[in-house]
Amino acid sequence: MVSFIVRRLISGVVVLFVVSSLTFFMLYFSATSVARNILGESATQAQVHLKEIELGLDQPLFSRYFDWLGGALSGNFGVSWFNSQPVVESIVGRLPTTLSIVLVTIVIAAVLATLFGVAAAVRRGWVDRLLQIVSIGASAIPQFVVAIVLVTVFAIGLQLLPATGYVPLTDNVGGWLASITLPIIALAIGAVASTAQQVRSAVITVLSRDYVRTLRSRGLAPREILFRHVLRGAAPAGLTVLSLQFIGMLGGVVVLEQIFALPGLGFLALQSTTQGDMPVLMGVVVYIVIIVVVVNLLVDLAVGWLNPKARVS
Amino acid sequence: MTETLAETPQPEAAVRTGVFRRLLKNPLGLTALIILGIVVLTGIFGPVIAPFDPNKADLVNALAGPGTDGHLLGTDSAGRDVFSRLLVGAQSTLLAAALAAVVALLIGLPTGLLAGYFGGKFDSVASWCTNVLMSLPAIIILLAASAALGRSVWISMTVFGVLMSPGMFRLTRTSVQAVRNELYVDAARVAGLSTASIIGKHILFVVRAPLIIQTSIVCGIAIAIQAALEFLGLGDPLTPTWGVMLNEGFINIYGSPILAVWPGLAISLTVGSFVVLGNALRDALEDAPKFKRTKPIQLTPPRTESVQAVDLAAADHLLSVSRLGVGYPQQGGATKVVVADVSFHVDRGEVLGIVGESGSGKSQTAFSILGLLPDEAEILGGSISFDGIPLVSAGGNRLSQGRLSELRGKRIAYIPQEPMSNLDPNFTIGYQLVRPLTRVLGLSKAEATARALELLTIVGITNPQRTFDAYPHEVSGGMAQRVLIAGAVSCNPDLLIADEPTTALDVTVQAEVLDLLRDLQARFNMGVVLVTHNFGVVADLCDRVVVMQNGRVVESGDVRTILRAPREQYTRTLLGAMLEGKTPMSTLTVTEPAPVFDAPVKVGL
Repeated sequence: MVSFIVRRLISGVVVLFVVSSLTFFMLYFSATSVARNILGESATQAQVHLKEIELGLDQPLFSRYFDWLGGALSGNFGVSWFNSQPVVESIVGRLPTTLSIVLVTIVIAAVLATLFGVAAAVRRGWVDRLLQIVSIGASAIPQFVVAIVLVTVFAIGLQLLPATGYVPLTDNVGGWLASITLPIIALAIGAVASTAQQVRSAVITVLSRDYVRTLRSRGLAPREILFRHVLRGAAPAGLTVLSLQFIGMLGGVVVLEQIFALPGLGFLALQSTTQGDMPVLMGVVVYIVIIVVVVNLLVDLAVGWLNPKARVS
Repeated sequence: MTETLAETPQPEAAVRTGVFRRLLKNPLGLTALIILGIVVLTGIFGPVIAPFDPNKADLVNALAGPGTDGHLLGTDSAGRDVFSRLLVGAQSTLLAAALAAVVALLIGLPTGLLAGYFGGKFDSVASWCTNVLMSLPAIIILLAASAALGRSVWISMTVFGVLMSPGMFRLTRTSVQAVRNELYVDAARVAGLSTASIIGKHILFVVRAPLIIQTSIVCGIAIAIQAALEFLGLGDPLTPTWGVMLNEGFINIYGSPILAVWPGLAISLTVGSFVVLGNALRDALEDAPKFKRTKPIQLTPPRTESVQAVDLAAADHLLSVSRLGVGYPQQGGATKVVVADVSFHVDRGEVLGIVGESGSGKSQTAFSILGLLPDEAEILGGSISFDGIPLVSAGGNRLSQGRLSELRGKRIAYIPQEPMSNLDPNFTIGYQLVRPLTRVLGLSKAEATARALELLTIVGITNPQRTFDAYPHEVSGGMAQRVLIAGAVSCNPDLLIADEPTTALDVTVQAEVLDLLRDLQARFNMGVVLVTHNFGVVADLCDRVVVMQNGRVVESGDVRTILRAPREQYTRTLLGAMLEGKTPMSTLTVTEPAPVFDAPVKVGL
């Protein structure tokens, strides 16, 4: 088990290194006019040149790369080119917003998808058909269109929930809930639909396994077989889909945070992209890849815990 | 969306027209096709039929309502004609989606073919890259790419195509792996076809269908992502696109929310049509007539006479099966009969063999007794009673489940054919033995553990504690079968149903397991129904035998009589096939206690 974790960790570090290096090299060639952008149109050529030296843009590629890598390894991602705020500080300040939306959505999606998926697999018939229709519908409408509809109906039309803004959990629990409800619904619809589909087919597969028949022949109650044996056999498939959903949500929040004006990681990512704020964008990419690696590791561990065979492979 | 389709190769032309016809018959699929047809036509002719210049601002007429001054859908905040912009937007939307799909295919298909066909190093490297690509949030990467390479829908869709290539890769790789070792591919190889032409002719044919479905889905996602990027302001500001229009509408959502409706509808309908089309295609392919795996048995269903409430003769026997019929309803109302008019009985302490070829209905008969037929199966007629308790009668599958669940495990037990697939891989062997003991017999956990270890010793496992703690994948097939036998007899059943208990085992282990069954049968004085295709096993173990063919009983009676003087030609053929050139199994078995193999391979965690 230890070697399993170590191998996954090494693989994760390699992914992190490869992705951040590639992003760095890609962004390097784009940082040509950033000094002019920062200073504005009225700045003289000399001022622009000075700014470029200040930002280190006159340095060759590899010198800048190793500077950045050295800093990153010690947890220092530099400061924003535009507002001089340390990158780590602005990311850490925005993480709670994004994570509270994504984590709550994942929990909701896991519970609902399991309920619907199992019901459709066991009952079949109309429950199953309803799930099929709803999930086709849910996967057909893009997430951000759903979000716009939700804002229009529930915030602007019915005025039930705020259209924009974020209230930290530590300030006011009710306000926090109200501020994240619509983004969560927008994210959850698609996640529930596609996860429920996967749970359904995994449960159907496990139900048809020989050992389920043998367990029935032993006189165990159907409920026990379903909840203890079948669900456990189907769980790895469900977890894998959930982890993919989680990764998708980290991208999805970029658009949702824009629509709901939430000051999260996605907001920061878009802002630094439009400005060309390379240190901030690099920081966001690294943090997101770290989150992805950690989530995948957790899922691998969970699958290993559920399925003894997976521990050795 | 990475679900793979294991498809059997079929006559090409027939399948193609069949699939297309089924697609058109599916109302959702037809609607999707029509919508996509309209979108494509708009993409081609949009710029020509647009009534206004889509970029011509007219601030006097800004935010005009639908129908004003010839503006069919009104104007936006800069006074541009919404309808014209919508028409023109279709073109870039479709082209960009096509670009993403083509890039994904160009990367995913060749790499998937190579990885699936050759495996090895290339496969591991490609699969690793795939996993990395799949674990990246697309929008974040697209943001970085647009910061680095510029704001162009073509650049983002190329990058997005790369991000979507893992889906194509995986689909291709799995399909190729599935057919690589198929006989017809081997035949092609033996016939001297080059690798390239095998891939071209046979393998591309198989992966074609799943790839078309995946392409449709990728197009849908690409349009959604593209619109999202444009909505975020990362598109080309000069091109009128649906995403830009949606952003425009969202900015004015308080003033004229209708502006967001049109592009929102256009995006949702197009994305939805691609997704629905993908699903409908999948359904159409899955409904394709498949090759029948077993020959359908055409029998007239047995007359479902009114079943006597209590068969007087049945009360004397431990198990009594009378005129049993089992069938599987087919599409179109027909029923495929797999067991017809089967009657036999088993007494306490008696071993009855049911012998026949595969497909003769012997396993179906066994599952009927246990009430463990698949959900699709139906009892067509007859009755089964156990120790005077009526278990099964025609149409009463649900009713019988209630009675059977009280008997299963406790009084009627089951030994399956395939040892490895009949233990839950996620639980230790000990747990799987202890749980029924506590549930069915109401033992405490400590009592059940002691009993389970004792049972493991009884079935000849020399280190019971080690097997008790092991997971199923850590023991051999022979050992797993001993565990299953221990589980079956654990609650002292009166009747044991053994379905080909030795078929999946090595010959040496077979003899040991038969010896074990004989010992246990004598020790617990159980009635046994032994399902087998092997007359050697019958001769070795059984008192009486029932010979089945095509779902019917051909002959039944005392083992000696039938072995010496079979009345039916079928029995003679069966016997002849099994004994020809061989000494009967019974003389082969070693009478001294056979060595017991008990070396669980503990694979380190």
